[in-house]
Amino acid sequence: MSDAIATTSAGASSGRLRADVAVIGAGPAGIAAAVRAADAGASVVVLDEGMRPGGQIWHHRTRAGLPRLARDWLDALDRSAATVVCGASVVDIEPGFRLAAEVRGAPLTVDAGTVILATGARERFLPFPGWTLPGVVGVGGAQALLKSGASFAGKRIVIAGSGPLLLPVAASLARAGARIAIVAEQAPAAAVRRFGAGLWRTPGKIAQAARYRAAFRATRYAWGTWATRAAGDDAVREVTLTDGRHTWVEPCDVLCTGYGLVPSTELARLAGCAIDRGRVVVDARQRTSIPGIYCAGEPTGIAGVEASLIEGEIAGLAAVGRARKAIERLDAARRRQRRFADRLDAAFAPRAELRSLAAADTIICRCEDVTAGRLRPEWSQRQAKLYTRAGMGPCQGRICGAALEHLFGWDAGTVRAPAVATRLATLIAEPTPDDAGDCPTQNRTKGAS
Amino acid sequence: MDGRIEIRVNGKVVRVPADVSLAAALLDAGTAAFRASIHGAPRGPLCGMGVCHECRVTINGVPHRRSCLEPVVAGMEVVTGE
Amino acid sequence: MSAARHPDVLVIGAGIVGAACAYEFAREGLDVAVLDAGFAGGGTTAAGMGHLVVMDDSEAQFALTAYSRRLWEERAEDLPAECEFDRCGTLWVAEDDAQMEAVRAKHDAYVAHGIAAEVLDGRAVAECEPELRAPLAGGLRVPGDRVLYPPAAARHFLERARECGAEVRERCRVSQIRDGGVLLEEGGRLDAGAVVNAAGAEAARLVPALPIVPRKGHLVITDRYPGFCRHQLVELGYLKSAHVMSAESVAFNVQPRATGQLLIGSSRELVGWDASLNRDIVRQMLRRAIAFLPRLGTLSGLRTWNGFRPATPDKLPIIGRWDETEGLWIAAGHEGLGITTALGTARILADLLLGRTPEIDAAPFAPARFAAQAAS
Repeated sequence: MSDAIATTSAGASSGRLRADVAVIGAGPAGIAAAVRAADAGASVVVLDEGMRPGGQIWHHRTRAGLPRLARDWLDALDRSAATVVCGASVVDIEPGFRLAAEVRGAPLTVDAGTVILATGARERFLPFPGWTLPGVVGVGGAQALLKSGASFAGKRIVIAGSGPLLLPVAASLARAGARIAIVAEQAPAAAVRRFGAGLWRTPGKIAQAARYRAAFRATRYAWGTWATRAAGDDAVREVTLTDGRHTWVEPCDVLCTGYGLVPSTELARLAGCAIDRGRVVVDARQRTSIPGIYCAGEPTGIAGVEASLIEGEIAGLAAVGRARKAIERLDAARRRQRRFADRLDAAFAPRAELRSLAAADTIICRCEDVTAGRLRPEWSQRQAKLYTRAGMGPCQGRICGAALEHLFGWDAGTVRAPAVATRLATLIAEPTPDDAGDCPTQNRTKGAS
Repeated sequence: MDGRIEIRVNGKVVRVPADVSLAAALLDAGTAAFRASIHGAPRGPLCGMGVCHECRVTINGVPHRRSCLEPVVAGMEVVTGE
Repeated sequence: MSAARHPDVLVIGAGIVGAACAYEFAREGLDVAVLDAGFAGGGTTAAGMGHLVVMDDSEAQFALTAYSRRLWEERAEDLPAECEFDRCGTLWVAEDDAQMEAVRAKHDAYVAHGIAAEVLDGRAVAECEPELRAPLAGGLRVPGDRVLYPPAAARHFLERARECGAEVRERCRVSQIRDGGVLLEEGGRLDAGAVVNAAGAEAARLVPALPIVPRKGHLVITDRYPGFCRHQLVELGYLKSAHVMSAESVAFNVQPRATGQLLIGSSRELVGWDASLNRDIVRQMLRRAIAFLPRLGTLSGLRTWNGFRPATPDKLPIIGRWDETEGLWIAAGHEGLGITTALGTARILADLLLGRTPEIDAAPFAPARFAAQAAS
């Protein structure tokens, strides 16, 4: 039996909440931050776009299928006094802080003294001919669709991308009845082996890797292999793979493609936080360059669940002024996870050939159908936007931005409200004076479970 | 009960699993083209998490809704392929 | 650009005005060079609504906008698809009987100047724009007004100028204007027969005596909703907002783009060069727009941005020779009409440069009107 969707008690009309701490994102980092801050006595509001807390890696319909670690943290969140608002897209952060969000089409304003950004990460997609066909989904995308109830049973699936997501996703799909034709990792075998050899420093990850591989031992797994083209009429039917020497075609119903994760930093940039090489800059207390704003988890650098939990705990405690002991307890583990993250980046760095996969007529900006041939390398992100509309669609340049950064080295542009496409009514919403409420404890609708 | 509910997709009644995202329900119903690109090409979900906006459909008369973030609800009126 | 080059005309600024000027001079067979501190069309031009509109707030403005709109129409077939040139026309909306009086007076003035215009009553307005709140008192339809996408137009004019032999140099900032040329920030000097200051809102940085100040405006654009409205919709009160130099004002001004997106303006503030998002004024602007288009609030907004209009004390642009410096000409200070009047400005300046009499009276735009003040 599934858990009901958590909702705000503020109702459907323009709502307002007030809290000591607002946590944006209810993945592992946000959950850990919210639990620690709430248990320390702060009033906490958590805002997440999804239907339930858990973010991407702990995305679920029923908790029974989640690992023990996830269930424990979700239970702790339930038990805590934090208010969790799901289906909430945060579109603006004004100084002071006032968050503007849209919840199921209705405006919600949250006034908070402190903000913790736990906005996670998203997949990096590198364009190649045919990548816009229906049936071409992300690696994490397939995982997300599977977890939200899509069936892949009986489907023939090619997974061609990069990074540690490939194996667990292949395992999940196989368990769900899909036929995995091949898993193609673009990184060369030597790089992946070096990475594997270094796993002894993070023993938990060796066990993980072994489990995943065991799940589909019979599946072909190829290193140094990548997809160059997807083809089909109204949906993908086959994909062309190459290892640089041999090229062949694999029929498929679904092609999973994705080249690692990139931090989601839009709200941090909107709020003026310092960013370095695509990561939100934080200190030992997870403080950003803006006083009162903290950041934890993937936006500070892709490092996985364990790092997100550690950083979330520290941020939650730092937000209530109790970080010192947490840092003493957790700092070594945090640094170890960061080193793991750096080794990960190095091992799975996209190979040079991926930069030249896009043909002149390959779509780069999917929202606005801007093809590679219309873009000039000497431009900037902003110039491309003004001249071709690339990045001017509803995804606000999130998908094509990573591709353009990879292809041309362009920095992402500035971010202004709204951080997510939102109804204009949300932008003008001002809370009516009489419905402002301090965020009360235990103020959350829980469904039957 | 087989755990399925009824929604309408492009005017046609379809039975889909309950308690899944609308995107998952539409995939179950055989939808390949959730929306049409500017030049009319079919598009479907890519990221699965609300970032790419390729899974957009019209729900109960409101266009541009990300179906991967919406729980499917019995009686929903969905229009795809726009 | 080689150091030995000595163009006939050096244009500072590759926005819509500079680009139009460059093309006009190049077409006349002059050797032209254009410099821009950033990239072409990336300044105020990128924050313009692209509304090609006849404005009747003064005789001079009427003449310049009508002349220029005619030139745009002549140029229309040459504009590539990216310019999104659209003949949607303008609908000025009146909220009450007093404004309907103003509509009738406006109609008579337009018609007297040969500009087609049609008075609509409340029902006719509701019929041609069903999304407008009803009942409105009525409106004035100006079918000859147009809209386009300004950065693409600027780019197009520069491309045409290049085809005539002009040279365009981006990411090249001018640090000073001297007699007979300019000094570059990166070092070096460029001499030219004539220099045109078309640096828009920054024109006074190079010629401090120019009374041009930045007047900030915000814009919001929605997702695609084809058919939501058909004309550029402007409230009559827009004129007051534009032409009274109060600290802050908003006016209802919404444009349907070729993409089906709605471009929403307009706001005006005097806050120097502060380019940050002013949420309060955006809210005011959106509320004003929603007051006229009730369903606008349900539409999805994708983006906000802002830019700086170059504003002059008498609301008229500055077009002509700047006598204080040899060989210097000015084409700047167009406030919210830079896109509309770019072609008229370019033609007038070319006429003046080449010793011809411009087709309309250029005296109201003469730089000398401010030089006299500067000298006194």
